This record gives sequence, structure tokens and C-alpha cells, in this order.
Amino acid sequence: MAIAILLLFFWKKKNAQKLISVLGNLISVGIAIWLFYIVWENGIYFTQAGDWDAPYGIPIVADTLSAVMVLLTGICGLAVSVFSVGSVRNARVNFGYFPILHFLLMGLNGAFLTGDIFNLYVWFEVIIISSFVLLTIGGEKSQIEGSIKYVTMNLLASSIFLTAIAILYGLTGSLNMADLSLKVAALENRGLVNVTAFLFFVGFGIKSAVFPLYFWLPASYHTPPPAISAIFGGLLTKVGVYALFRIFSLIFIPDEFLLNLICTVAALTIFSGAVGALTQINLRKIFSYLIICHIGFMIAGLGMFTELAITGAIFYMIHDIIVKTNLFMSAGLIFKIKGTYNIKKLGGLYAAYPKLTLLMAIPLFSLVGIPPLSGFWAKIYLIDAGFQLKNYALVGFIILGSFLTLFVIAKVWSEVFWKESEELTAKEWVRYFKDLKPLKQKAIIIPILFLGLVSLYIGFGAEHIITVSSRIAHELLHTEPYIKTILQK
Amino acid sequence: MLIAVLSGFILALSLVITGKWIKGKGAPLVGLFPLALFGYFVSFFPAIMKGESLTFTYEWIPSLGVNLSFHLDGLSLLFCLLITGIGALVFFYTAPYLKEHIYLDRFFGYLSMFMGSMLGLVLSDNIITLFVFWELTSISSFFLIGFNNESEESRRSAMMALSMTGIGGLFLLASMIVLGTVGGSYEISTLLGSADMIKEHENYLWIIGLLFIGAFTKSAQFPFHFWLPDAMKAPTPVSTYLHSATMVKAGIYLLARFTPMLGETVYWNGTLIIIGSITMVYAAIHAVFRLDLKGILAYSTISALGILVFLIGLGTDQALLAAAVFILVHALYKATLFLITGIIDHETGTRDVSKLSGLNKVMLPVGIAGILAAISNAGIPPSFGFVGKDLIYEATLGFETLIWVLSGVALLTNICLMYAGFQAGIKPFTGQLPKAYEKVHLPSPLMWVPPLLLGSLGMVFGLMPFLIDKSLIQAVVNAMIRGGALDVELKLWHGFNLVLLLSGITLAAGFLLYYFLKPSALLEAKTNRWEKLSPKSLTKGLGGIFSGISKLWTGFFQNGYLRYYLIFALTFLTFILAYKLFKETELYINFNDLTGITFYEVAAMVIIAFAVLFTVLTKSRLAAVASLGVVGYSICLVFLFYSAPDLAMTQFSIDTLTVILFVLVIYNLPKYLKLSNQISRVRDGIMSVIFGALISILTLEVLNEPVLKETSQFYAENAYTLAKGKNVVNVILVDFRGTDTFVEITVLAIAALGVYSLLKLQLKSTEKE
Repeated sequence: MAIAILLLFFWKKKNAQKLISVLGNLISVGIAIWLFYIVWENGIYFTQAGDWDAPYGIPIVADTLSAVMVLLTGICGLAVSVFSVGSVRNARVNFGYFPILHFLLMGLNGAFLTGDIFNLYVWFEVIIISSFVLLTIGGEKSQIEGSIKYVTMNLLASSIFLTAIAILYGLTGSLNMADLSLKVAALENRGLVNVTAFLFFVGFGIKSAVFPLYFWLPASYHTPPPAISAIFGGLLTKVGVYALFRIFSLIFIPDEFLLNLICTVAALTIFSGAVGALTQINLRKIFSYLIICHIGFMIAGLGMFTELAITGAIFYMIHDIIVKTNLFMSAGLIFKIKGTYNIKKLGGLYAAYPKLTLLMAIPLFSLVGIPPLSGFWAKIYLIDAGFQLKNYALVGFIILGSFLTLFVIAKVWSEVFWKESEELTAKEWVRYFKDLKPLKQKAIIIPILFLGLVSLYIGFGAEHIITVSSRIAHELLHTEPYIKTILQK
Repeated sequence: MLIAVLSGFILALSLVITGKWIKGKGAPLVGLFPLALFGYFVSFFPAIMKGESLTFTYEWIPSLGVNLSFHLDGLSLLFCLLITGIGALVFFYTAPYLKEHIYLDRFFGYLSMFMGSMLGLVLSDNIITLFVFWELTSISSFFLIGFNNESEESRRSAMMALSMTGIGGLFLLASMIVLGTVGGSYEISTLLGSADMIKEHENYLWIIGLLFIGAFTKSAQFPFHFWLPDAMKAPTPVSTYLHSATMVKAGIYLLARFTPMLGETVYWNGTLIIIGSITMVYAAIHAVFRLDLKGILAYSTISALGILVFLIGLGTDQALLAAAVFILVHALYKATLFLITGIIDHETGTRDVSKLSGLNKVMLPVGIAGILAAISNAGIPPSFGFVGKDLIYEATLGFETLIWVLSGVALLTNICLMYAGFQAGIKPFTGQLPKAYEKVHLPSPLMWVPPLLLGSLGMVFGLMPFLIDKSLIQAVVNAMIRGGALDVELKLWHGFNLVLLLSGITLAAGFLLYYFLKPSALLEAKTNRWEKLSPKSLTKGLGGIFSGISKLWTGFFQNGYLRYYLIFALTFLTFILAYKLFKETELYINFNDLTGITFYEVAAMVIIAFAVLFTVLTKSRLAAVASLGVVGYSICLVFLFYSAPDLAMTQFSIDTLTVILFVLVIYNLPKYLKLSNQISRVRDGIMSVIFGALISILTLEVLNEPVLKETSQFYAENAYTLAKGKNVVNVILVDFRGTDTFVEITVLAIAALGVYSLLKLQLKSTEKE
């Protein structure tokens, strides 16, 4: 089943055509929904690759968290590929834009589904290399500069991750996550286990862009074409967060020190992201910093490590993936309309494009968490958990982060939509939105609308999302069924 | 009930489609919608009069305990009537006021969205739902204040209002969550039952502290008041509706609603009395010196809100009664004053009170409305305002302590407010009509009827208080008192007593002030000198400092140099790793367990060490690469010593390939530049040594641990039998862990594609984006 998803992506490698890309994504959304349905009804679904039983082979596992992540990847992938049809230049398409996009999606799905820690590393490699290629396609100077920073930091993360795996293997002689869970728990040298856990935290921390490891993100996310930054903004950092949640629930139970560290890191991440967003004037840089800020919310959920907090964090992640993807696509649309990302120069969208404005208001205000939009409900859980743990400082930072997000988005709104626009001198290298063919215009607008509807659903149908997230939180904290299923004991 | 609340939003959405019609002929008809709602709420009168209350519940998010549960009692009904009643008048008023404005449809959209949220707010029994509507009022207020979106002032005021109410909202949310956790439910009706438990809970102070911030920011209490005068940039219908009659009273509503649950403690009452009295005096004095009509009204609104907070703070039955009455009194006269200000502004083009006079001659009905409102505001009998003012004095005189301080504060405030009311309601209409305004004419009846109607109501209720005392006010008060069963009877005339004396003093002083103090730019300028010390400037300063810190923080960490990013990341890693290693693990390495060191190994190590040193120190790239190759080969040797020939072969070929590739690339690069100075080299060197040492220690520690070989044994045993392969490593690669290999091959393929496109695809400058 899961393999089917993978094969599907391989199949596409030879067909670098837009239509196939979109169709392929439709199919993978369908499969993802099916997978989610199976997992929801029957519990954990898994395949042993090569038919070698755990812990010797590599299991491909879908529990609720994985299934949800795959589903979200499918949804965002679909939206982005449609968006790419409208917005990406033919020159880029000729050089393998679509296949590599699909490799990236494959890497993401693989990472979400694997049950083997070394295999996870391998999927991370796929993600890094394909995102690196996507970043550099086009070869603009700023792109290259951004991607060097991106790739250096991420390779550092990978090597730390690999070191940690090696140490773990040295300690336990196993790579299977379920097996590791049992063996790590049985180890006597706790100090060493905690050190290893910390190494994992740093490795994934770099990928999820937490303080003080986030630097690659604002340096690179604003450089590639909007479709690419959309998929990056929505999903890339979340893989790191996903891995953190997976490792720190299944394999390691974080000790007091690490939990405190995670909470501190979360608070500072929120702070750095929020104040960073405050200082920027480039629309995409603002959004990049906001990614960091909101990663902090999720990490805060992990740091508090109660079922309540994790439910909140998972809810927030589901919301954030959809909304951030949508935001970067909206930024792309704004660029198509106006030819710049500088909010000082932008303006007048409200007067000129009222309906598009309404459309883009959905992700913007969902992000702020204006209730009852999607960003709101998770905060109830996080704040509640914070108060129950008496972690007032963290609650304070969450509130500060929410407030600064509100402020920044209000500023964006006022500058980009409300302000009177200056006459912009037409730049010949920008193909303006109004000059695009109607089909291409639709290809840009429909995914924004689609993700907008999804986030409205997350907001108004919060009941469903909460049910899912609390089941995930429960599964994360009670790993026996997972281990039993995989090891078939 | 749900439909009644949601209809506002539905209407707002439908305006997207029907916008054209609204902009044309439909405008005056939109007002029928709130009017219908008004009728709907009036129909609940009989039930409420009997002291009943109604509850409607719709499930929304049961797993979070969040439901759309609506509870209609006296307090909610009073607010519902104000919201829909004044709403209807404002809707009618807007049609001619913003006639032919291009965005009239959007305006109605925001306005009805606001009305829906406000109804939801006052009807919600669920505190989270209440908060949802609370935030929606903030956001619709943001859109309405920024309605003239092309003026920078408007945008800035909208931002300011949203920031203030937004941060207050977040605190309120926190408060509601804690309250919900403490009380075990999000339903107000359930929480009321555990009021005593909540008051004794250790989190009580958090709850009320956070709640206060929420309420004070919304209801513009000192020191959060300054967004309200700025919010007057909004079109006048908005100021009337949101910023005097309804939205700013949301905070008051909140306090009133939670009084029976959280009230009657020193912290609750004390804070409210102090904040309320500071606000009412501070704002009343400010109101005296304003010249802009809207400025006067803004400050007098803040002051009135202060009075309400103050009364709720007093918390006696008397005071709560006074608050209930004053909410209505204030809504009636203040909305009137705002509406006539709008008319004056619309017709004469100015709001400067020192320039306006004699308008009675050209717009008599408006003048009458103004005078009626001013009378009610001043509390001159027989207006409803007189009833209200009497009750306020009764409340202060009836309090346990500090009677004279409290009454004095109330007296001072009332005098200033009376002056302000006269300035706004009487001054523009009396005296000489300046020549410039002779051609001014009466606007459409849709504009002057609403203020006249509201103004007259202030008089009607004064003359006939029995119309509302038993039916409405009694229910309102009882909703604010725990287990309240107060019997209310309002009277215009109480006989000669201390209260009447205070009223008299107020009136006399107010008249004197009005007679002697003429508004002038000079006075306003004088008060503006204190501006630097005002909460607004302080907040702005704070904001400035904060944004400075943001810049420094971001600039420090995100400085654009990759090497610093790496240093930050590695420092973080190294420090904590070192801390953990030394603190939590026993640094004990059992050398006996390690196999002896052979000569070959030493030799290989020495070669590696030299090669590394050479790599670091050399000035030529080529040499550095070559020596890296040496390191690689030496590692091959080590592998070989440990009987892993196939690994050694792999390493060997990879190393050869890498060196060749490197050389090819380097060939094309410019000459080696010495970018780093001595100090940074030393720093980097120290960091690398520490990091390397830590990892080595860690590895040695791991080697100390007993080895678990289950997996590798399985591989070794079954490679031939099950997987039909003689070479275990190969079998692991292609079979046991085939997926890994498979994916790694893909990685290489992607990399190849990437290199290809990087080399071949050079976008022309016309194709960037």
C-alpha cells in the first residue's frame, strides 16, 4: 500500500509534464485518504519492506500521525503542483522541475512512513537533495547563495543525526524504531542515553529551524519561485518537527533536563521568529520568520509533554502546514500582480482585486488565529497545558508570539491591501498576473482557494481535527500498540 | 437564536453578491434587518419580565467543551436591544451618510458582521464562544476603523486599536482557559455554581488579572484608553455604534457578567474602583479641553466607561442598579451626540467646536436632539440622565468606606462630563450663525430622525421610568447579583436629601464652567504639553524600544554569514553536550577491554594526524584536497586492519572519486583567498578540537557498553540460508535493507539532475521570477 505511493512517484520520473503531475497528485491524495481511512478504522497499518520481519528488515508504518502527515503532504502537493502549472516558467520545467518536486514529495512521504531510523536518515537525504536542487533551479545568484546556507546547515544536521544513529546502534545494536524503543528503555547507562537524545534533538532541531539553529531558513526561503517556497514553507520544517515527535515519544522519553531545554528553546524560537518578522519588509521573509515563530508553538507542545500539550501541538501542525503553504502561494500571487515582495512598495490590492483580497484574507487571518479560524483552537490546548504545568513563562511567550503575529499580519494587511499603491514601473522580466492566460490565472487562484477552504474546514470543523489530534497524542504517549504491531509480539 | 446571531454573518456574506444593489437603491433597506432583530428580541420581554431566562444550546466542538450555547437573561437582553436598536438607527443613518461611497456594500458587510459578533458575545453562555465573538468584534472594528483605507492616519489607528484589543483578547483567552480548567467547565451557568471554589483557588488572581486586562483594553480603561480617541478616525456611524454604544461596552458586559462569579473579593472590587475612578476623572478632564467634537465625545465616552467600571467595582446592589441604568442612559445620549456630530461634520465640513455656533437656525430638529441629549447627559430633571445620576450618587454615598472621596470623584467627573455634553450638544446650535454656514441645510430625514428619536427616548424614560424599571432594569440587575432577587423601582423624584444636593452642585458647577470656560486652541495646546507623559506616548516609546531590540536581536543572529550560523549551532551543541557528558555520565574508559594497539594502527593514525594538520595549514586548495585524500586512504587502511575489506574498497573508490572531482572543480575557481584572520582561525581550531574530543569521548563511552548483537547475528546467520547470498554486507545492502540502497540511488539521480540543470539552465534576465 505505502509502496504504491512510492511507486507512483517513481513512475512520474519519466513524465515531466504538468498534467501528469497534477493527476499524479490527485491520485496520491486519493491514496492518502484511503490510507487515512484504513488507519483510522483498523489502527496501525504496516508493511515490511522486502518481507523481512522486524527488527531485521525496514518496516513501513502508518499510524495516525503518519497517515495524517501523508494526507497533508498530498493536499499541499496537489495545491502546489496546480499552482506551479500557473506560475513556474517553462525553462524551469524543462530542467526537471516537476520530477524533482515529486521526489521531494516522495521523500516527505517516505520520512513520514518509515519505521526505521536509518531509513529515516535516507529519506532525509532525499528531501535535502531534492530541495537543494529545487532551490537552485534557475541559478540566480541569490538562489545559490541561499541554497549554500541551506545545504550547509542541513548537512551539518544530517551528520549530527547520523552520528546519533551510530551511537544508538552502538548502544543497542538495532535500528528499528519499535525495537529501539524497548532496547533504549532497558539500557542502564541513562546518562549516555540522554546525551544521545540530545544529539537527536540538535539534528532535528536544525531541520525544524528552532533557536539557535534556524539561520538557514530566513536565508533561503525567500529566494526560489513561489511554488517552491510554498512547499518548503508548508512541509519541510514540519518533517523535523514530525521526527522530533516520533523520536521523543517512541524511542526516548525526554528527561527533565531535555524537557526544560526544549521549553526554553521553544520560547526563544517563538521570540526570535516573531521579532524577526517584525523587522522585515520583504513579504516572503516575513512569512519565513513567522514559520520559525510557529515552529516554536509546536516545540512548546513537545516540551510540555502532556497529552493536552501534544494534542495542541499536533493540531497546530495540521493547521500550519495548510496555512503556510497557502501563504507562500498568496505571496506568489501578490508578486504576480505587483511585481515586488517589498511591502513598502506594495499596495492597493483591496481596491483593485476585492475578491482576491477576500481569498487571501483567509490564510492571513487563519494564521493569526482569529477565532474561529484554524490557528485559534490549538492555542487553547497549549495555554491550558502551560497553566496546568505552571509554566507561566512559556504561556507568556505563546501569548507574545500570537500577539506579534497578529501585529505583523495586520501590518501586512494595511501595507499590502489597504495602502494606496504607487505606480510601479513595469519590469520586463515579470509576467504580470493580468497578462496571463485565463487558464494560468485559474491555476494560480484555485489552489489558494482550495487550501483556503481546507483551513476554513479546520477552523469550523475543529471537532474533527481535535478528535484526530487527540488520538495522535494518545498514540504518541502510549506506544505499546505500535511496538506490538511492528514486532508482532 | 442561533439564526439570529449568525444572520449578521450571513448578511455580510450575501453582500458580496448583492453589493451593486446595496450601493444603489437598496441602501436604506438594509436597516430593516437589524430592526427585525430588534423586534425579535423585544418579543422576549414578557419572559424576562417574569424573571425567567432562556437557554439555547447547539453542539460545536464537544470534545473541547466548546458549544454554541446562548443564554438570554436581563443583562443580555438589555445589550441585545441596544445592539439591534441602535444598530437599526445607525444602518438607516449610514445610507445617506455614505451615499454613493464606492465601498458602501463592504461597509454594511463589516457592520452587520460586527452586529452578529456583538450579539453572539452578549448571548454566549460558553466562555470560549464568548471569546470567539469577542475577537470577531475586534477584527470587525479593525476593518471599520480602517475603512478609509487610503488615509495613513486611518490605517495607523486601526492598527493601534487592533493591537490594543488584540493583546487584551489574548489575555482574556488565557483567563477563560484557566477559569475553565479551574471550574471544570466552559459554561457560565455551570461555573456560577462553583463560584466559591473558584474564588478560593490558587489561580484566582491569574483569572481576574488576565480578565481585567481583557476588559480594560476593550473598554478603553486607563492606561489602555488611548486607542479609542484614535479610533474616531472611523466614519461617524462606526464611532456611534462601535466606539460608544456597543463594542466598548463589551468589557463592561464582561465585568458585569462575571461579577456574580468572581466578584465580592478585595482584589476584584478594589482594582475596579481604582481603575474606574482614575479613568473617569482623567478622561473627563481631557474631554473639557478638546476642540474636535469627536475628541470631546471620545474622552467623555471613556469617562463614562470609567464610571461603569467604578460602579461595578463598588459592587453593592445600589451600585449595580446605577450601572444598569447608566448603561442605558449613556447609550441613548451618547449615540445621539455622535449622530448629530456626524450630521454637523457632513453638512458643514468641520468638527471644531470653537468655530461652530447657531446651527439651530438651519437645522432645528438636529439642534433639538442635541439639546435633549445634553440635558440627559447633564442629568437635568426630568431626563433619564437625572435618574441615572441620582443612582450614582446614592451608590457612592451608600458605600461602606471612603464615602467622601468616592462621591467627590464622581462629582468632579459629572461636572466635567456635563460641560463636555454641553459643548457637543448645545454649543454648536446656539449663538450667532457664522456666515459661512448660512447655506447649510437639513440632511435627509434618515439622518436626523435617529438622533431625535434617541434623544427623546432619554426624556421619555425620565418622565416615565415605570416603562422599564420592572420589565428590564430589574432583570438586568438581578443578573449581576448572585442569586439576585432585587425589586427595582425607579423614581424621578426622591425628595430633598443629600443626593439631590450633590446633583444640584453638579448642575450649578457645570453651568458656571460652561459659561466661563470657552473652548480655545490655546487651552488644548496647553494640555497637549503633557502628551509626552501620557500612556500613549509611553506605549509608543515602549514599542520603539521593542522594535529596536527586535532589530538588534535579529541582526545579531541573522547576520548573513554562514560561518557564524555554524558557530552558533556548534557552540550550542558543544556546550550542552559537554555539560551532559560530564554531569551525567561516568567518564570511565576501560582500557583493558580495548584491544591492543598495533604498529600499523599507530602509523595510520600518525598519517591521518599529519594530513589533517597539513589540510588546515596549507595555503593551496589543491594541496588541501590532496591531503584530505590521504586522510581518506588512511581510513581505508584502518578498515582493512579491522577485517572489513569491502568497506575499505568502497571508501577507497569514493575517496579517489571525490579527490578527482574536487580537483576538477577547483581548477575553475579563482585563487585561494585568505578570508579569515588569525583570531578566528584559533577560535575555529579550538571549537573543532573541543567538538572532536567530545564526540570521541562519547564514542569510547559507547564502546564501553555491552554490545547487543541480535540484529547483526540474524543478518550473519540468515544471509546465506534465507537471502541466498554469500557476502553478508552485500546481502544487507541489497536485500535486508534494500530500501535504503534503493532510495540512496534515487538521491544520486536527483543530485545528477540538479547538477545538470544548474550547469545548463541559466535563466535569461527576462525570465526571472
